[in-house]
Amino acid sequence: MAFLHDMRFRAYFYQIVAIGFVALVGWTMFSTASGNLAKQNIATGFDFLTRPAGFVITESAIAFEATDTVGRAILVGIANTVKVSLLAAIFGTMLGLGVGIARLSHNPLLARLALVYVELLRNVPLLLYLFLWYSLIILILPPVKQALHLLPGVYLSNSGLVVPAALVERGGIALFACLVGGAAAALAIRIASTRRRVATGQSNHGGLIALAALLVPALLLWLANGVAVNWDFPTAGKFRLTGGLHVRPEFVALLFGLALSVSANVAEIVRAGIQAVNKGQWEASAALGLSRGKAMRLVVLPQALRIIIPPLTNTYLTVFKNSSLAIAIGYPDLVMVSNTVMNQTGQAIETIAIFMGVYLALSIAISLLMNWYNAHVALRER
Amino acid sequence: MADIQALALAPPQPAPAAARMGKFSAYFGTPGNTIISVASIVAIVFVAKLAIGWLFIDAVFAGTGEACKVASGACWPFVAQKLRYMLFGFYPYEEQWRPLLALLLLFGACLFSMIPRFWSRALLIAWIVVILPVLYILMAGGVFGLTPVATTSWGGLPLSFMLSFVGLTLALPLGIVLALARASNLPAIRVLAVGFIEIVRGVPLISILFMATVMLPLFMPDGVTIDKLVRAQVAIILFASAYIAEIVRGGLQDVPAGQVEAGKSLGLHYWQVMRKIVLPQALKKVIPPMVGLFIGFFQDTTLVTIVGLVDFLDTVRAAIRDPEWQGIAVLEGYLVAAAVYFTFSALMGAYSRFLEKHFRTTHA
Repeated sequence: MAFLHDMRFRAYFYQIVAIGFVALVGWTMFSTASGNLAKQNIATGFDFLTRPAGFVITESAIAFEATDTVGRAILVGIANTVKVSLLAAIFGTMLGLGVGIARLSHNPLLARLALVYVELLRNVPLLLYLFLWYSLIILILPPVKQALHLLPGVYLSNSGLVVPAALVERGGIALFACLVGGAAAALAIRIASTRRRVATGQSNHGGLIALAALLVPALLLWLANGVAVNWDFPTAGKFRLTGGLHVRPEFVALLFGLALSVSANVAEIVRAGIQAVNKGQWEASAALGLSRGKAMRLVVLPQALRIIIPPLTNTYLTVFKNSSLAIAIGYPDLVMVSNTVMNQTGQAIETIAIFMGVYLALSIAISLLMNWYNAHVALRER
Repeated sequence: MADIQALALAPPQPAPAAARMGKFSAYFGTPGNTIISVASIVAIVFVAKLAIGWLFIDAVFAGTGEACKVASGACWPFVAQKLRYMLFGFYPYEEQWRPLLALLLLFGACLFSMIPRFWSRALLIAWIVVILPVLYILMAGGVFGLTPVATTSWGGLPLSFMLSFVGLTLALPLGIVLALARASNLPAIRVLAVGFIEIVRGVPLISILFMATVMLPLFMPDGVTIDKLVRAQVAIILFASAYIAEIVRGGLQDVPAGQVEAGKSLGLHYWQVMRKIVLPQALKKVIPPMVGLFIGFFQDTTLVTIVGLVDFLDTVRAAIRDPEWQGIAVLEGYLVAAAVYFTFSALMGAYSRFLEKHFRTTHA
């Protein structure tokens, strides 16, 4: 029986037991599930994706009709999830950066206020905030019939904000090309001007020129009448508003809640990152005659960025996953659309597998992107 | 030289404005600072005025929904009348002393467990073998002459606390095992652990709750049903264990390899090395981030309301939608809920900071 004490034998034994156990559980679940499904006459497989959906989605980032396929409905869900999480991440980061810097302000009042802001957001569940914002919008704003007519074509009511929609009739592609080209030119000019400033030690107007490069082509195209825009003004009917661009309260409440929660996390990350930068860096900047704001922007923040990026990645992953709370207030994100599909088709296993797969894939994509950026800004040791 | 002499001979300069003003310099030292201070004070006064007006001056302290409808302030009779429902949900009215007792017992046990001096393996075992079963018996009844109460009528604050605390107590051992598996040098075990941890961390909690409530019944043989509460609880345990595993992994990586080698050279086998040498050092390092994680999960248990469990947030929402008070006490209800969550989260946050300090001073 000496082989029982052989380390190599034991290693193989444990691994085979572990794999065998997982395989057994998986196989048992698979066979009972297929048996149950056969008994309930639920077809397995992904054929249902090509069937017409038969339900409407109140808000879609891409065009969708009830006659479109289930697959397209899920695609709409993915687009909505990406839209709201992306916007929340952008707004939340900008807000959080400000709050994080305010946390370190020399003014005790401002620093305390920022602390209260962060604590209020971090110690109360996000779901509670979502319910609260949504109820407040519904409660405070008047019903559609008495919608507030703020500006010509702008209506505000508890079913959302309606503004005139811009429909680009001609020159849309040209405008897009001008903007992309302008952005590329602006980036190139900015890099070149920074390089020249570092080389010569003289400041130049790189920022202004870059801004011009970004805006002038599009502006010229506009002035040359290369773009035609048709404004779709909403009209007030008896019970509802038709036409225009409709920003729904579900979307606003979700975006607001997610962005605030991101901002609180970003604020804490930024604060920790700035505090981790050696105090000598501040003093050295002051000795060189930089103001506190310039020292922050040019010396401390770039160094803090290296510490900030990894936890920031986690925050972005969290907001992406937290956008799934949309289902609680009725914003049609991936989970809510999937839930509707599940109720209509009964294909619970396939649908849950799809949306978990999508979340997993996008989470990995965000991680890879942020890791690439992290490697880009990481300190290159000599 | 000339410069230094000039300096030495120069008459004493008046102190800069900031220093002259003493303790007000931080508020009004520079024009920029003054603007910030004034703006902050105006904001604080404005919010305080609104809050005091709403909470006290314009508030209704007695009466029915009709009185609240007219008044512009807070509606305290709503809170008074609905508090018991918000706290305990549909738990039988005469038996509500049981969830209250369970809640107090849980708080007591937590307070005791929060004191680092009492930490031991015995405490963890006591939680699993004594405290949790006693809580369960109190809630479920059926023995010792207690009326049985089905889990479907459990609700409110005890449910929220149980889901999070029971979940985390049971997720802790599982998370430690997962972390060890991930650090193992057996490739098959490592791959299984990495797969589980990364999949769970890559998807939202709500999808795992959906799996447990919608999908799991399809995987059960005929006639076998698992209680919905138990399914949600298992989902929370699995979800939490993956996050705990990642935190514990960080602690394991901080333990120098020499510790393992030293243990092995003493003739200890793998489990002895882990239990007696590596884990005690690793776990001590990860306690503060673990408390932070606990705060997050305490808040995340609110998600069970989406799959139809009656947790505290859900009973509050049900109270708000009660026909008698509908549309009157929305803010009041959410404020009560927010105050409860805020209090417990902030307490745990303060505890986490205390622990960080405690460990810093004892192991400098």
